[in-house]
Amino acid sequence: MKKTLVLFSLMLGFAYVAMAQGGTILLNAAGATFPYPIYSKWFSNYNQLHSNIQINYQSIGSGGGIRQLKAGTVDFGASDMPLNDELLSQFSYKILQFPTVLGAVVPTYNIPGVNTELKFTPKALSDIYLGKVTKWNDSEITSSNPGVSLPGNDIVVVHRSDGSGTTFVWTDYLSKVSPDWKSRVGSNTSVNWPVGLGGKGNEGVAGLVKQTPNSIGYVELIYAIQNNMGYGLVKNSSGKFVKASLATVTDAASGAAAKMRSDIRISITDASGAEAYPICSFTYLLIPETISDATKRDAIKGFLHWMLTSGQEQVEALNYARLPKAVVAIEMKQIGEIK
Amino acid sequence: MSTSVNAVERAPGNWTPRALLRRLAGGDEVAHIVTLIFASAIIIITSLLVFQLWVNSGASRHAFGWHFLVTSVWDPVFEHFGALPFIYGTMVTSAISLIIALPLGLAAAIFLAELAPRNISDTISFLIDLLAAVPSVIYGLLGIFVVVPLMRTLIGPALKKVFGYLPIFSGPNYGVGFLTAGIVLAIMIVPYIISVSREVLLTVPRDQREAALALGATRWEATWQVVVPWARTGISGSVFLALARAIGETMAVTMVIGNDPKISASLFAPGYTIAAVIANEFTEATGKIYLSALIELGLVLFLITFILNGMARLLILATERAGGRTA
Repeated sequence: MKKTLVLFSLMLGFAYVAMAQGGTILLNAAGATFPYPIYSKWFSNYNQLHSNIQINYQSIGSGGGIRQLKAGTVDFGASDMPLNDELLSQFSYKILQFPTVLGAVVPTYNIPGVNTELKFTPKALSDIYLGKVTKWNDSEITSSNPGVSLPGNDIVVVHRSDGSGTTFVWTDYLSKVSPDWKSRVGSNTSVNWPVGLGGKGNEGVAGLVKQTPNSIGYVELIYAIQNNMGYGLVKNSSGKFVKASLATVTDAASGAAAKMRSDIRISITDASGAEAYPICSFTYLLIPETISDATKRDAIKGFLHWMLTSGQEQVEALNYARLPKAVVAIEMKQIGEIK
Repeated sequence: MSTSVNAVERAPGNWTPRALLRRLAGGDEVAHIVTLIFASAIIIITSLLVFQLWVNSGASRHAFGWHFLVTSVWDPVFEHFGALPFIYGTMVTSAISLIIALPLGLAAAIFLAELAPRNISDTISFLIDLLAAVPSVIYGLLGIFVVVPLMRTLIGPALKKVFGYLPIFSGPNYGVGFLTAGIVLAIMIVPYIISVSREVLLTVPRDQREAALALGATRWEATWQVVVPWARTGISGSVFLALARAIGETMAVTMVIGNDPKISASLFAPGYTIAAVIANEFTEATGKIYLSALIELGLVLFLITFILNGMARLLILATERAGGRTA
């Protein structure tokens, strides 16, 4: 009896050692919810190609991802908002930020009797959200929509109530086009809204807009596409009204690529370029610059390389906009900085 | 209490190993120790909770002090935080829900316990217990798809027409706001009040009723002047259970309140509650002060429930004494 026990425990020990040597490399990651669908597809596809590398991703929100990375409970994080200098200084080591896909935010509205696609100037959007433009027939809106008869009803403004990258992109854009917005409200995942109702999540905002006559809100482009929602055009910095689409979003990013060489965190809202849609942004993976575990380091580097090449071919199927070539080149160089 | 039995068996001073073993073998001591450990775990968990909230809200308490409780700005960009609109929203929505749910729940409980035939009463009570177990997000959906449109097209305009001169029924009516949240909360907590109150009313001794009837009281007089006062303590217990749920409710409220941290006199205006803002903003909060302000909101919510529960205890004690004197 004793002998069998000893034998059994020995066998268990051997099995454990064997598993640890030839076993899988488990990487833990956590963060943004917006790119979760494409990340989970990437991680599962990458696991099919490299069965020994398993990446476990928890979509707990960008703030949560940053906190977990700081606490050292995950190998890398993900954020919809690039980390600013203040946040980076809270880390004891350097963080490299890798844009992965692009997202856009579109204005959506519900005006009884109006079924056309409305055109919005930057001033119209910022003044509506500041509470300065309060009626749909305000000249700031009617002047860019000739031929559309807009009612004189009060505008009901709807925004996100939960902290989100979507709100960050929207307020970042408004801060760029309106000095008044920048000084009074600013940009963040949640802000102190001058006016409006808050809805929880894209579905909450969409639901409020759908139910409330004369309302306007903003949702992710992906959400609008998947739910066949109509949305408005926005005037870009070249003076053209652009409808958000995967192509016009990637255009906006290529315009900003030149500036990204010096700082990869550059915001691409209100980008230049004739066809660039102005309200869009990257979402980022946050990778520590030094990874002491060599197997993990190689696994992460390998994944990043694959994500920037084959991985990009898969994003449009899920309605994300792919990275422009110039940005991919910058990130390829950055992979070399991981030590 | 049954501790008297233990006290006799546990002769003090006899701590020899053999005596100890014998007492343990009896089972009473084991039960005593195990239940003591479990009971003290509750206290330990509560103190740990308060300790954690206190420590992690340090940055915010330091930066804002007592002003946190009276400031009505919530600005994550410029890092100015105040809890007042959230405290206000929590209080107002809970108060509305109680004002609606208390008469409704009490009347239903009296009917089920005193007036309805037994089999009807049992069937309805079963359904009410089921209602109490419905997840809050379902009530939130009910709010969005039923209460909000009703509020915008029917209830709101009607209230405005009749009571429009009152400031609490003025201003634009979006369908979402304090009143809608209060109504949804009322629907959520009514089953608690009915279920517990009915049980309590059923435990009132039969001779109490019969004595009142024998003295010439009508059936309603016996119910309202004898049975209900007798069950007062239990009924208030049900109300405070309901209030606790209303104060802490997150999902259903955030779906229908409009999520705007403003203090408005109008019940049609959008508002915000403490539980809702924590759930909404915690996942994406990054700044140190921002996070710690959210945690301090949690501390405030804890204090509010603590104070309300304490007040409830005092109220029950006071009414019990008053009841004892008149009896």
